This record gives sequence, C-alpha cells and structure tokens, in this order.
Amino acid sequence: MIENVSIYELLTLTTLLFFIGLYGFLTRKNLITMLMAIELLLNTSVINFVVINKYLYPDVLQGVYFSIFIIAVAAAETALAISIIINLYRLKTSVDISETETMKY
Amino acid sequence: MNITSFLLMRHEIILLVLILAMLVLEVATKPSQKKRLINIAIGLFLIHTIIGFFPAETGELFGGSFRTTGLIHFFKNVLNIGVLIILLQSADWLRDKVAEYNKIPEFFILLFSSLLGMNYMISSGDFLMFYIGLELSTLPLVALVAYNSFSEKSTEAAIKLILSAALASAVSLFGISMLYATGGSIFFEEIAANLQTSNLAILGMVFFFSGVAFKISLAPFHFWTADVYEGAPIGITSYLSVISKGAAVFVLMSILFTVLPALTDVWKNVVYIVAILTMFVGNLFALRQQNMKRFLAYSSIAQAGFMLMGIIHGGNLGVATVVFFLLVYVFSNLGAFGVVQAISSETGKENMDDYTGLYRTNPKLALALLLALFSLAGIPPLAGFFGKFFLYMAAASVKEYLLVFLAVVNVTISLYYYLLPVRNMFLRKSDDAIPYFKSKSMMRTGLVLAVLGILVLGLYSPLYNYIVELSASVL
Repeated sequence: MIENVSIYELLTLTTLLFFIGLYGFLTRKNLITMLMAIELLLNTSVINFVVINKYLYPDVLQGVYFSIFIIAVAAAETALAISIIINLYRLKTSVDISETETMKY
Repeated sequence: MNITSFLLMRHEIILLVLILAMLVLEVATKPSQKKRLINIAIGLFLIHTIIGFFPAETGELFGGSFRTTGLIHFFKNVLNIGVLIILLQSADWLRDKVAEYNKIPEFFILLFSSLLGMNYMISSGDFLMFYIGLELSTLPLVALVAYNSFSEKSTEAAIKLILSAALASAVSLFGISMLYATGGSIFFEEIAANLQTSNLAILGMVFFFSGVAFKISLAPFHFWTADVYEGAPIGITSYLSVISKGAAVFVLMSILFTVLPALTDVWKNVVYIVAILTMFVGNLFALRQQNMKRFLAYSSIAQAGFMLMGIIHGGNLGVATVVFFLLVYVFSNLGAFGVVQAISSETGKENMDDYTGLYRTNPKLALALLLALFSLAGIPPLAGFFGKFFLYMAAASVKEYLLVFLAVVNVTISLYYYLLPVRNMFLRKSDDAIPYFKSKSMMRTGLVLAVLGILVLGLYSPLYNYIVELSASVL
C-alpha cells in the first residue's frame, strides 16, 4: 500500500499502459518493437495483480505469486520470439514486418 | 494426502517420464542411429496411450489447483489418440526429410511438452495453472512451427504465431486480473461463489474470452490461422488444428460453465455473435482457397463456429455434444490432413488442382480423403453428421432456432467447397495426375485409424451415451 495513492490511480495507470501497448503492437512495423509492446502489455497485468492483491485482498498472496509466474513465462516467450526473429534475419536480413508477407489472404 | 494421490496426475507423470527419456536417448544415441528414435518414441507413446485407458480416480491435488473428473480423463485419452495418429502420419516425413538435419528427438520432446501443457490446462482448477498450462502448450508449438528453420515460410508462420499468441495471452491475463479483482481469488470454485454481475467482471470476461478465442481461432481473432497452417510442417498443422484447438475449446467451455455462471446472460450473447461470425467467415473464405492446407485451415475455423453452438446450450447436454463433436472432429480432420501429408511428403504437391484424377492413380488415398471430407461436411452415415446433428439438437433445445437455421445455411455453403477436391479427384481426368505410390506402413496405419474412427463413431451410438453419462456429473 502506497501512502496517498488510491487504487483508482494505479489501475488507471495500468489501463492506460495496456492500451498504449496495444496501440504500439498494432502500429509498429519493426518486429523487435512489437515484442517490446507485448512486454508492456504483460507488465500491465503484473502490476494489476500486485496492486489488486495489495489493496483489495492483502491476506492471501495469490496475486503476487501469479505475477512472479507471469514474469518468468514472459521471459521464456521473449527468448523464443527473439530466436525466431534472429532466424528470420538470417534468411531475409531484415526484421521489418513487411518481410513477412509471402503468405496472405 | 499420501503419495498414491499423485496417481491422479498419471497422464502428466508418464508424459514427463517420456520427455525425460527422450532427452536421455538424444544424448545416448549416435547421430547415425537417431532414426531408430522415431520407432522408440512412437512405441513409448503407444504404451502411454494404452495406460491412459485404465480407469482413473477423480479428485483434486495441490489445494484444488489440479482436478480431474471422468470427462477430463476421457478427453485426455482423446487427445492421446489424436497425437498418436499424428505421430504415425509424421514418421515418414521425419525419417526422410528431417533426419539429415539431425533434429529428430527435438520433435518428440517439443510435441510431448506441448501435450503436457494441454493436459495441465484442461485439468486446471485455478487461473494460475490454466495460464501456465496454456503457455506450456503454446511455446513448444511455436518452436515446432519454426522447425523447418531453413524455410522462409516456416519462419514467417512461427513469427506470426508467437506474436499473436503472446498478444492473446497478454489480453487474457488482463482479463484474468479483472476477474481476480471482482472474484477475490484465482481459484475457480471461489470465483464462481463470489462473482456477481458488474461492469468490471463483464470486461474481464470479454478480455479473457478474446484471449482464448485467439487459440481457437474464432472470428474476428482468426487472422493468424491460415498463414500459420500453411507455413508449418503438415504434422504440426494437424496438431494445431486438432489437438490445440480441441483442448482450448474444452477449457473455454468448462471455464464459462463452471467459473462464470453468474455472467451466463452476457457470455451467451458474446458466444452467439462470435459463433455466427466464425461460421460465415470460415466458410466464405474457404471458398476461394487453392492450397489444401489453407483450405483445411478455413474449414477448421468454420468447424470451431459449430462447436460454439453446443456451448450456447449452457448445460450438461451442451458439454456432451461439444465433446462428442470434438471427438469426431479429431478423426475427420486427421484423416484429411493425413492424406494431404502423404501426398505432400511423396510429391511435394499441396494444391487442389494437383489432386485431379487422383482416384484413377491412388484410389485408396482418394477414398480416405473422400470419407474425411464428407465427415467434415456432415453427410450421413459418417460421424460428422451425428456430431453436427447433436449440436443442432443442443442449440434447438434452448430455442435458438435462428442460430440453427444459420448453421444449416453454412453447412450448405460448406458442401460446395468440400466437394471441390472430391470432384477433382473422382470426376476429372488429368494427364499429369499424381502417379501411383505406396505409402509406408506407419502412414497407412495412421490413415486407417482415422478412417476407422470416422466410420465407427458414425455407426456405433453407445459411445455418445457414454459421453452423456460422463458429462452428467460435470456441472
């Protein structure tokens, strides 16, 4: 619990961050930046879980340990995505989203 | 709680042992001997499948995080049979095409890990176990899609899958955090007891639903499907379309029914609209496909729309019809993908026009594909007809007549495109038809199993009664 900060302010912050991340994911043309946007999305959920746990249900630490698992899984996800992007770079020498358009419709 | 209660996780423990065994065997065998691992892995998995059929106890573990019921046990067996057929169908491809890159054990390790994740996902009793199971099933699958790392298509498919899957799980996590805020817990039972209709709960439900809808590739979250299916190796494509989709539908259904009964009125509307949209999008886009894998991708999107009809029922009958339809769908789709894989690994051809005159040169393959496509289209007396019929019955019993009508319209549309390859194979002649070839024994066994499933499920009704009995105790 932070002094003088209510849960509304914190949840507004995470919601804003969530939609900034979503906007970034939909508009960016570079695969690495899209990955960064996804990290932002996942981190909003992490903050959400911790904040809700601390402010609403401080007796049980369910939200906190959920957030630890999210961080671990997000790291694995990023590692896998980066390795695939590196493979794409080897094949096409570019990490631009326009390089991934051989299959469509 | 004593040590024997861990036997509730029998499927998972044996799978874990299989994964570890493959890791050890990978180190212990010489590169020139790696081909033998294919037979060993399939043999081990066959043993796992058979052990799965022994009767299981029901109960909970880890304070309710892991639970198993008769229906969950049955569904794990269905997934095992599906994976076994996929392994049989992929064996020749592994032996002929992959062996030179020395990557055979990885295929099995990743595939079994993904199946392990799905088992945990469908057994989950809280959102944490659900999330970990979901990720454990997705991440190895992405690696498998990128398996053919020298192919641009495979890499492109993998990048599309990982980005959409990561976005989907992020969105659904955001929804879960809202459900946690309103329900006060991450355990399914406690959420179900505490949850009341509020705006935050509805928002959480919608976010959660859209996250899972990505996995099932419901419209409007289906855009990755056709690209990923086309780029991935065919064995993985059939895994994606059958096992991954089936497990996700099962989990979505059980969470909607048991965790969110307070929001039934809301999620019924969501499912209703998404079902209609999915059926139409899948069927209309399938009309213009030439590549067989893309064609089957859109057909599987349309089939997912049909599955939602059973979910709209919202009761035990709905559960039974969806599970039966999934069972039918596993065999029909694996039959179709099996034939596509047999032809593709022999000749490299994947287009619908290449199938012209197939009946004259390879009558057995043509017949298998015919049965699979007829079953997908829902022509009696094949299994697909009864699967769809029971879904109509479930939707009609809650007076959703408009939905049933639209579904029948969609079946009519789908008949057109399911008959296109059939016309090419049977009615047309071609000078450069695919020449006769004899499939290897593993591929033949896989196809025979799938076709047997299609015929038996259509003609042998006690199985449906058995599923109805199992699902009576779920809710």
